[in-house]
Amino acid sequence: MVGAAETVSANAIGAGFAGLAWVVAVLPLVSAALTLFFGKRTPGRGWIYGVAATGAGLVLSVLVLWHFVQGGGALASSVAWFTIGPLHVELGQFVDGLTAIMLIVVTAVSLAVHVYSIGYMHGDVRFTWFFVVLSLFTAAMLNVVIADNLIQLLVGWEVMGLCSYLLIGHWWEERINSNAAIKAFITTRVGDIPFLFGIFVLVAATGFHSANIQQIGELVGGADVSRGLVSVAALLLFGGTIGKSAQFPLHVWLPDAMQGPTPVSALIHAATMVAAGVYLVGRMYSVFLHAAPEVLRFVGVIGGITMFGAALLALVQDDIKRVLAYSTVSQLAYMVTAMSVGQAGRDSAFFHLFTHAFFKALLFLAAGSVIHAVHSNYMSDMGGLWRRMPVTFWTFLFGSAALAGIPPLAGFWSKDELLVAASEGHEVVFTLMLLTAAVTAFYTTRMVMLTFLGGYRGHAEPHESPSVMTGPLVGLAFGTVTVGFLGAAFTRAVFFKWVFFEVPEPVTFVLWVATLSILAVGLGVLAGWYLYREQPERDPVLQLGWFSSLLVNKFYLDEVYTNGIVLPVRDRVSAAVVWFDRNVLDGVVNGTARLTKDLALGTDEFDRTVIDGAVNGVAQTAGFTGGLLRYLQSGNVQRYAAFLFVGIVVLAIVITRV
Amino acid sequence: MTGQEYAFVVLALVGTVSAIRLVTAKNVVHAALYLVVTLSVVGGVYLLLAAEFVGWVQILIYVGAIVILFLFGLMLTRAPIGREALDNQQRVVALLIGLGVLAGLVFLIQSAFSWNGPKLRPSVGTTAELGYSLFRQWVLPFEAVSFLLLAALIGAVVLSRRDDRP
Amino acid sequence: MIRLPLVLFFSAVLFSTGVYGVLARRNAVLVLMSIELMLNAVNVNLVAFSQFWHDVTGQVFALFVIAVAAAEVGIGLAIVILIYRNRETINIDEVNLLKW
Repeated sequence: MVGAAETVSANAIGAGFAGLAWVVAVLPLVSAALTLFFGKRTPGRGWIYGVAATGAGLVLSVLVLWHFVQGGGALASSVAWFTIGPLHVELGQFVDGLTAIMLIVVTAVSLAVHVYSIGYMHGDVRFTWFFVVLSLFTAAMLNVVIADNLIQLLVGWEVMGLCSYLLIGHWWEERINSNAAIKAFITTRVGDIPFLFGIFVLVAATGFHSANIQQIGELVGGADVSRGLVSVAALLLFGGTIGKSAQFPLHVWLPDAMQGPTPVSALIHAATMVAAGVYLVGRMYSVFLHAAPEVLRFVGVIGGITMFGAALLALVQDDIKRVLAYSTVSQLAYMVTAMSVGQAGRDSAFFHLFTHAFFKALLFLAAGSVIHAVHSNYMSDMGGLWRRMPVTFWTFLFGSAALAGIPPLAGFWSKDELLVAASEGHEVVFTLMLLTAAVTAFYTTRMVMLTFLGGYRGHAEPHESPSVMTGPLVGLAFGTVTVGFLGAAFTRAVFFKWVFFEVPEPVTFVLWVATLSILAVGLGVLAGWYLYREQPERDPVLQLGWFSSLLVNKFYLDEVYTNGIVLPVRDRVSAAVVWFDRNVLDGVVNGTARLTKDLALGTDEFDRTVIDGAVNGVAQTAGFTGGLLRYLQSGNVQRYAAFLFVGIVVLAIVITRV
Repeated sequence: MTGQEYAFVVLALVGTVSAIRLVTAKNVVHAALYLVVTLSVVGGVYLLLAAEFVGWVQILIYVGAIVILFLFGLMLTRAPIGREALDNQQRVVALLIGLGVLAGLVFLIQSAFSWNGPKLRPSVGTTAELGYSLFRQWVLPFEAVSFLLLAALIGAVVLSRRDDRP
Repeated sequence: MIRLPLVLFFSAVLFSTGVYGVLARRNAVLVLMSIELMLNAVNVNLVAFSQFWHDVTGQVFALFVIAVAAAEVGIGLAIVILIYRNRETINIDEVNLLKW
């Protein structure tokens, strides 16, 4: 079934490439299979397949984007997959500007991570398997991005969850790693259940005909579907986002997911999987738009809490990856909050997602480089590395600047857009965003200073990482510097044109917004510089008494979850289930066994008494009769003769007369 | 009733009485003698029925040889004398059976012929006729019977031989 | 001119007497004698019918019966003597080893 599409571009080549978007998603799947079967035998232990797939995918993704840069339109194509009753589910792609952008993000970051992992995971005992799962994950995320129906999207969604679990627990020999993997999986699962029900509601709204996203989008805009139904669907869908994108209250898994190898953190927990939640909201935005306004307000509340809370938590972390993890949560929340503002917010949120992918991946990989050099995750073991690891230092600096929102780097432009979108009529959101920007700048500065400046506090011999690792860093840094301009006002915001076919209210460089954001950022940076300039070990942030301990304990949220949910389930519910299993189920089984045994005994009894009795009875009767008949054997010949004669007489008469 | 018939009835009566005495005698030797009488009577009946060869053979063989055999047998086995010694417990049953047999036979006779039945007109029975029949038509059974007699002779000798081997 | 049924009747009487003797007598030799009686009765029957049918075959058969009876008595007495030798008695009642 070929979907109806808007006008396809006149550029035949571009259109052709745009139609091949699905190839980008299939290539990593093939490379995963190849790595799985042939990886161990390939020289280099199999990284080549994943690198080749993502590299080719990136090239193809650029070509796809080219189609849209030319002004081409969206297109869709599919093949029938399966049918259940009236529901027809297809396997297909819907390719528009958003898809193209996401393809580039995913393939670029995935390629960088693949190359980086060659060095980072060198000598690892499960090197080949690592690459298998990396490729599989990439395939799943790409599938989510190109999917034209919710069922297919869900498949990719779940496979991503699986790969996340596998990769977080890559070094599962240590309990803490496997625990983190389980925590990640279960927590996202809690979010996936409302997501699943949201899909059901939407499919039901189509009369169980289709799960196609475009069709659903048109349907919810019409008058046939009630507002309440749409609101319910929107809220349920948002559940998936809360889980996957680590929003409050399901954000607890992301910091623990840092137990996984750093490339994993870069790929999955910075640039791609966690972005899938945001992508979902953006894709299904018409559902959110046509829901009750309270839904979007709720989205904004969740986003706001997460945004500010996570930023605060990032202040007190000693583990460098945890700083970045909370930062990711906070940035994602930025996007979610922006989405709650309206159409403009959605557009700017996607731009921020685009830029954030680059600089967050960069930051993670660079952090990985540092960790690799000092053999420790903790900033208290670092310091003064700017001399010994220059490439890492400069790229990290660029990434941090982008994160903080310092112009002219990418982060500034995207954050600016977010603020502009919020500035009209959403004062609370705007203020919160500004405050968060200040805090973000502060903790970023803290991070840079503790890691690279001052004196070296550790015990290892740090040196610059090999070029396999620094190469991707440079590449991503390049991206960080340049892509911001795609969405800036003075380049006429081509990003928005490519992606959304419209330029939402002339993206003006709203001066007072930009000024405020620069002020907030500057305030944060200066505060950080001042406080950490000397004696960084004596971390001022930890000196704040009850406030510090509140933050260090992550608002005691983990304790609440453990005591409120995990332990009761484990102890009470499990005990109940065990009781049920032991008494009811085992009781049934044992009862059946007992019944069978009794039946067997009864049958045995019957066999012995009745049947054997019958047989024995027959034998006894024969014996008894024989015992009686034997008296005929008198041994007396004349007795026999007597019988003989009697018989003869009888016979004679019978034969002759009868 | 013709003369032969009278003669026959007399002979029959004698024979019957002697037969009954044979089976009820308390003395074995008496029984043997009664046997002689009965056999002679039967021989006489044969003669009356103009079966001269059979009659004389009867006297010769039966009365002459077989009775002697019986007497030898009685002597060699020291047969006891006395009623209880000679009759066993199933006398009554035997009597009943005997009477039953008699009744059966009489019944058969009576159903085949009436008492005033066909009269016998003896015509065959001369030695010549018998000889002709015996040595022409029935020569094979004749030889077989002689063989049988030989076997019986040898058998009797073998059976009564004392086994002196250690 | 003897009436046949009379002869047959005589034969029947002899035969039944023989039967009684076989069943009732204790001495083995007397049993043998009774058997002879039965045989003679049969012979009488045969001869009577041979005159009835005017066929000499009946008498030939009677001859054979006599011959066989002779053989049988010989063997029978030999057996009786053997029994006497082994058991010191020819009381048939006491020859009952095949008793139950």
